[in-house]
Amino acid sequence: MNTLILISVLPIVLLYLGLYKAKNALLPVTVIGLLVAAGLAVAQWNSNAQPIYHDMMLFDRYAIAFSVITIVSTILIVLLSKGFFERISEHVAEYYAIMLFALAGIVVMVSYYNLVMLFIGIEIMSVSLYILAGIRKRDVASNEASLKYFLMGAFSTGFLLFGIALLYGASGSFNLAVIRDYTLTHPRNIDPLFYVGILMIIVGLCFKLGAAPFHFWTPDVYEGSPSLITAFMSTVVKTAGIAAFLRLFSACFASIADFWMPVLLVITVVTLFIGNITALYQHSFKRMLAYSSISHAGYLLFAIVALGTASANSVFMYATAYSIASIIAFGVLILVQQQSGSDDFDSFNGLGKSNPFLAFVLTIAMLSLAGIPLTAGFIGKFFMFSGAISRYHIWLVVIAVINAIISIYYYFKVIIAMYFRNTAERVALAVPGYFGFVLGLSAFVTILIGIYPGIISNFI
Amino acid sequence: MTVLILLFLPLVAALAVLLFKNETAKHAALLFSVIELGLAVFFITKFVPNASTQFAVDYPWIPKLGIYFTAGIDGISMVMVLLNTLLVPIIILASYNHNHKNANAFYALILFMQSAMLVVFTALDGFLFYVSWEAALLPIYFICALWGGENRIKITIKFFIYTFAGSLFMLLGIIYLHLQTPARTYDIQDFYGLTLSLKQQSWVFWAFFLAFAIKMPVFPFHTWQPDTYTEAPTAGTMLLSGIMLKMGVYGAIRWMIPVVPLGFDHWQYVVITLAVIGIVYASLIAFNQKDGKRLIAYSSIAHVGLIAAGVFAWTMSGVQGAMIQMLNHGINVVGMFFIMDIISRRLKTRDLNEMGGIAKVAPQFAIAFLIIVLGTVALPLTNGFIGEFLLLNSMYEYNIWLAASAGLTIILGAVYMLRMYKKVMQGETNALTLLFTDITGTEKLVLGIICVLIVFLGVFPNIVMHLSDASVKELVQSVNDKILRAGKY
Repeated sequence: MNTLILISVLPIVLLYLGLYKAKNALLPVTVIGLLVAAGLAVAQWNSNAQPIYHDMMLFDRYAIAFSVITIVSTILIVLLSKGFFERISEHVAEYYAIMLFALAGIVVMVSYYNLVMLFIGIEIMSVSLYILAGIRKRDVASNEASLKYFLMGAFSTGFLLFGIALLYGASGSFNLAVIRDYTLTHPRNIDPLFYVGILMIIVGLCFKLGAAPFHFWTPDVYEGSPSLITAFMSTVVKTAGIAAFLRLFSACFASIADFWMPVLLVITVVTLFIGNITALYQHSFKRMLAYSSISHAGYLLFAIVALGTASANSVFMYATAYSIASIIAFGVLILVQQQSGSDDFDSFNGLGKSNPFLAFVLTIAMLSLAGIPLTAGFIGKFFMFSGAISRYHIWLVVIAVINAIISIYYYFKVIIAMYFRNTAERVALAVPGYFGFVLGLSAFVTILIGIYPGIISNFI
Repeated sequence: MTVLILLFLPLVAALAVLLFKNETAKHAALLFSVIELGLAVFFITKFVPNASTQFAVDYPWIPKLGIYFTAGIDGISMVMVLLNTLLVPIIILASYNHNHKNANAFYALILFMQSAMLVVFTALDGFLFYVSWEAALLPIYFICALWGGENRIKITIKFFIYTFAGSLFMLLGIIYLHLQTPARTYDIQDFYGLTLSLKQQSWVFWAFFLAFAIKMPVFPFHTWQPDTYTEAPTAGTMLLSGIMLKMGVYGAIRWMIPVVPLGFDHWQYVVITLAVIGIVYASLIAFNQKDGKRLIAYSSIAHVGLIAAGVFAWTMSGVQGAMIQMLNHGINVVGMFFIMDIISRRLKTRDLNEMGGIAKVAPQFAIAFLIIVLGTVALPLTNGFIGEFLLLNSMYEYNIWLAASAGLTIILGAVYMLRMYKKVMQGETNALTLLFTDITGTEKLVLGIICVLIVFLGVFPNIVMHLSDASVKELVQSVNDKILRAGKY
């Protein structure tokens, strides 16, 4: 609980620091504050969690694990931001603050015990993100991203809210436990409103997750936003979205899985194929990452479809692996973008020679995203596949495998560009210390989890 | 002495080689690989040639999921370890004359791959087997794509996706088997103890077969192979053809047939026919090749087809023949690719029609070439003979017509091999080949070692065969028992 309070207070402190022109203190204060917040979350680990604040929130292990991974991802992204925002604008403090406000919303999203809190969490996060997407005021693409995101986001929030209202109408409460009891006590005569409400919520959350067919905003928003914000959106936000999704569906709707599972199944399969196949045709690395993030949303949903309520561990594993690898990808992208001014695959040509370290960590990230053994991404996929096969969803697994094979092609495109296409001598990029630390650490963790997943697989 | 040292010395060596300068990396790599060979020989001397698994290690890895780091060496693994550790120093020595850029990375990748393949050959845990199987693929992909020929990018990605696709289905098979075991482990003995229905076994069989057939490769999954062999650097081709494709054969012997004996029995005729079609098809195509490297690539498909057919016949002589032939084919094919490498490096072409009369200008080279060709066409008293004899014998026991077509193809193989020799070495020396200089230094050493091995193993095959004899006998027997028992009910 203290985690949430700290993360809410921290941005206000940052705003004051900005007011008093203490720019150099921003980054250390943010990082230390977030580390303390993560530590506070971990400290509550073994307590036998009970809902708090009139049953509004529940800090169980699930909530803590996802809070910690989102906070850690945010720390890594914040570390990459040194020097990044300064180039965009003078009001640096605001961006740190807004990012942390978004994080506060995310912590609410993973620990709600009441649908009102879910809605509030999503709104806190979304409103912050609308601003962040449009952070480059004079850039048309950034404005477009912000506007599109805002319109689509508002639309999807409407669906979500409508769904919540319908659930309330049917069950008479926003409380997750009461809603669950409603489904358990009325197995035969659940109100049709309730079903419609579930569908609305699926639509609303799939919008936020960027799952097909509600994914149309993703590529433009991801491409238009500053790369660091894109990194934040495609890792932290996506993790939070899936965590919120899973929490709701495993807590409330487990007993009527027969109803929503087929819907989710269709969404999953469509998402996997659309994300992967469209990613094949991209020339821009950033856009490829956007589409690949759609396909990863598909894999995360796949875990829920295949494993149902027992999927928390798989989802956590996969989200962790995916977040870390994506942060590496975006980190390297930012550096390359700064040098060449372009985010095409071609701008990576010859990186293997000029910057062996960057090329190496990016290779690890791509292998992890593609799910090659000895990386965290493989362990994530392995958990999913074994879970799905244990429930005899063989065809679903075969579809996921086919998609994993397709994805090799576009992930290897960048490896090929870096190592095998030495068109011209390129000047070595200067890698700032923070970048080296974040990228090296992330690559190390990716391999460590890949070789010895025991360190995080027992969390939930 | 634990087997871990044997398995991970090359991995440590790979990291160490990275620290060397490009000029000295090859010496360091050679040194490490020779030490590794010494270690392997040490293990062979300690090895008791019975059916038991020796030098076993067992550490918890992800115990929650039933995953353990379990590895050990029985007779079958011992031969594979010998193949691996024997060929790697030869391959490193054979690439001495190439001045690869970033040589330290090149040799580090070779050693990394060696380590991964050693784990494949000794793993007794399904998860470990899969992970090392894929781990061996990564370095060879980079070797081929970084130091390969002109079309390398397209061809290597095809190779990677192709093989990765196959092995993902194997992974599904392994997970499925894991879920059927009562204790939820990946242990191979638990896999052996499973009693699945024919339908279950058939699915798992095909999942495994896909992975192994692509790796070997068996017709019709061979399409990646000739291109990849042609475009890869010589060391890469040698690693692929000499050692890596044996992973497929080994996988079939250890992980496929004994685990799903009924599924195998049910589909035996299909896979054995595919293998024989592959032999005939590849031989016919090899006949028409002008490019020497491609010719050897196709002849390798034919030879491996025969090994696969022998394994699929699943008799004592078939599997035992496959074991000895895997080692000998490895030696011979590395020799053949090295010959072709020497020729193409001097003449800057691999077109056989442009050559001729090299024997006159390079007599030592001619002798070595001849011995290797004779070993490849399986002349008695060369190493190729005993293996092909046993393999054909097992084919004969299975079906005389398949044996006949496979056997005829062996003759065909002799024809195109000798014809290649004739084209390259005999006849009139032309302007191009006149400048051919005889072999020197490391080339002499490599060819000398290979020729000695060819003759030595041809005369004393038992020195290797007695290693795997007991293990093979027990494995073949246990599978046949299972099939018989199932037939009774």
